[in-house]
Amino acid sequence: MAEKKKTTAKKTEAKKEIKHEAPAKQETKKQAPAPVGSTTKQEARIGVFICHCGTNIAGSMDIPAVQEYVKTIPNVAYVDNYKYMCSMPGQAVINKAITEQKLTGVVVAACSPRLHEPTFRTATKEGGLNPFRFEMANIREQNSWVHMHDQEGSTEKAKDAIRIAVAKAALLQDLYPKAVPVEHAAMVVGAGVAGMQAALDLANAGIKTYLIESDASIGGRMSQLDKTFPTLDCSQCILTPKMVDVGRAPNIELMTWSEVDAVEGYIGNFDVTIRKKARGVLSVAEAEAKGIVGGGCNGCGDCEVVCPVVKPNEFEVGMKPRKAIYINHPQVVPLLYTIDWNSCIKCGLCVTACGEKKAIELEQKDEFVKVKVGTAILATGFDIFPVENKTEWGYKRYENVITSLEFERLICASGPTGGHLVRPSDGETPKRVAFVLCAGSRDNTGNGKPYCSRFCCMYSLKHAHQIIEKIPGCVPYLFYMDIRSFGKMYEEFYYRIQDEGGKFIRGRVANILEDPVTKNLHVHADDTLLDRPVDLDVDLVVLAAAVQPKEDTNRTRKLFGVSCSMDGWLLEAHPKLNPCGTTTAGVFLAGVCQAPKDIPDTVASAEGAASAASIPIHMGEVELEPYFATCIEEKCAGCGMCVNLCPYSALALVEKEGRKVMQVTEAKCKGCGTCGGFCPGGAIWMNHFATPQIVAQIDAFLLGGEQ
Amino acid sequence: MSAPPEFPIPKREPGEWKPKIVGILCNWCSYAGADLAGGGRIQYPPDVRVIRVMCTGRIDALFVLKAFADGADGVLVSGCHFGDCHYLEGNFKAAKRMFMVKRLMKSIGLDDRRFRMTFVSASEGAKWGAVITDVVKTINELGPSPITEFNK
Repeated sequence: MAEKKKTTAKKTEAKKEIKHEAPAKQETKKQAPAPVGSTTKQEARIGVFICHCGTNIAGSMDIPAVQEYVKTIPNVAYVDNYKYMCSMPGQAVINKAITEQKLTGVVVAACSPRLHEPTFRTATKEGGLNPFRFEMANIREQNSWVHMHDQEGSTEKAKDAIRIAVAKAALLQDLYPKAVPVEHAAMVVGAGVAGMQAALDLANAGIKTYLIESDASIGGRMSQLDKTFPTLDCSQCILTPKMVDVGRAPNIELMTWSEVDAVEGYIGNFDVTIRKKARGVLSVAEAEAKGIVGGGCNGCGDCEVVCPVVKPNEFEVGMKPRKAIYINHPQVVPLLYTIDWNSCIKCGLCVTACGEKKAIELEQKDEFVKVKVGTAILATGFDIFPVENKTEWGYKRYENVITSLEFERLICASGPTGGHLVRPSDGETPKRVAFVLCAGSRDNTGNGKPYCSRFCCMYSLKHAHQIIEKIPGCVPYLFYMDIRSFGKMYEEFYYRIQDEGGKFIRGRVANILEDPVTKNLHVHADDTLLDRPVDLDVDLVVLAAAVQPKEDTNRTRKLFGVSCSMDGWLLEAHPKLNPCGTTTAGVFLAGVCQAPKDIPDTVASAEGAASAASIPIHMGEVELEPYFATCIEEKCAGCGMCVNLCPYSALALVEKEGRKVMQVTEAKCKGCGTCGGFCPGGAIWMNHFATPQIVAQIDAFLLGGEQ
Repeated sequence: MSAPPEFPIPKREPGEWKPKIVGILCNWCSYAGADLAGGGRIQYPPDVRVIRVMCTGRIDALFVLKAFADGADGVLVSGCHFGDCHYLEGNFKAAKRMFMVKRLMKSIGLDDRRFRMTFVSASEGAKWGAVITDVVKTINELGPSPITEFNK
């Protein structure tokens, strides 16, 4: 459709000056006080550049008609169109027109400003104008793509959108971004494999890194796993070297049993308050600082032996006991015991057992530590979906229905059974094991998760391999919807399990019933390949439960101003081209907190996030968008309403020439405009979103154009 | 993402009334959500013209009233969900002001259904399509703004 439009032909005809009457313009011109950065009063000459975006835009609207109309808009001095405005030749068109037509402002009608505003600002700057004299009319995401079959409607909307943009562009001013120094330090929240990798990369790049972990030990979910697919590496064997490196790295300040409590500031200068939860146990360094020579916890475990309180161990998914003073497993980093205050009866036996080391403090309180960092990475990981909500599978009702994470602990040599897979009901070795894939994933019933949890297929294949390998004669039955073996050597691994004797049944499990005497389970499903119902008698059922964002994620993300998707995973700045960034400058995402990822993808995303987070730090300074509030002092009545409205405490009342006026601390102002939206006297000028500019946009739409 | 809401593309005679609706959107949630609707090719009626601000907190109640005074048939303000504001609490403050606008509209006899504040996040493209479809439907039912008629 777009072939018939020759894009280069139309340059000459747009040269003529256009005279106009503009009710909108006259009205707004009187009230534009232009207190800051204003240039000499010259007539606005706006260049409008319309992008075809191939057929993305041109396919849904009549661009020649739009161009003809734009020529009649007040203040428009030049109109052009091009097939791809963002291309180098497209940008050259803008450059050339700015000089030749003596433009004072540029409007590009193309995609979303959230996508290409930086590109065209640069082009505007290269043409010799201040980059903030650029305005974008969104005629793709919010027009041609959403009105694909309404050519008339989209053409009219594009005309209006450009008229609105021109009205604003005519009133735009020169603005200058403020450069701020970046603190030479970073923070990583969460010390699973993603957080550890990101922290190690940052530390190795010479950046002081605070690694914050809410649990007592680093390692995260990966440390709970037995083997990893498809290589069958022992998970702990490949993880513990990293854990030890993290513990040892001089640039990493490891804070376990700690949480982020408050975040203030902006890219380059985040002031983070960390809550160091009371652990009840002093490390060697902490003991030394308190003057206890040769004291502090050395991990001997004498306290654990005498502790009279027994609780389920969360690391072993409750299948192994621990004491009220405990370490979760032998490989914890740091090797420090922790007191579970909810269980501790403060009998003091552990204090006596600890003796001269004086490591245990039963009256310890939470401490708050403040650190300053330039950038932060969130790597908060995932939880297991509460699969008992899917009552048809009987988890927590039938003893022999377990989750995959419980399977991992049972099959792991360091787990509660020393690596012997047993039925929880009677301790017998199972001979027939059913695996239910997509247990809560890809579930549109409203009682599960609509997304694919992405690694369950592969670990279930691995589980099948493990039982074939460990238990002679044991048969794994995998109930699946689709086997998603998408990674390097994954499909080959799938074939291998087929060859080893894994039984694959394509069908969703409808329900599971328990034989009350034998505690065996009947798995009911529909085999959709053979088109017949299945009733399988098995000894053990393993549910490959879906994953969901960690419980605390919501609190943490709000501290850092990060949004989330509908399913709760943290929202990246762009799903394809900026998967590690967020809409908060200086905050990045690593690992599963963004979306389900297997270990290779998690590590890759962590390295990406670390690289992105190190850039501002190595640059040394960053430019902030100059959307600050400014006080128009002659209008300010000094009422102080704005001071209380500002969420960043950026505003204050000061004495000037015998009266009170508001003053803005630019470094604190983030440019939300909440003050400017309220000021009863209209005394606050929001750079780039000033009242006259917005009113001009409203007027241009409603009063300009064809009535 | 659910299937795009079906709506008939109205065939309008030249000179026939078309609703004029101003949409003022925050940059971080609703504008991004509207972009996402575009990426997902979710189809909705073309009657809303969008003005972008950084935060709904920026929106002066007078902007809304100015739009009505200029003859808008409807105004839509859309921002982040409560607790999700990029600037912590701008949407709370905007919501308070917008309630005031609604009360004011009622007291001057302007149907307050012509004005709406919605909360659409950056991941709710489908919701954006539904919101616009519903806003346009409401304004079509209400017909031209009495202020335009009065000014004639």
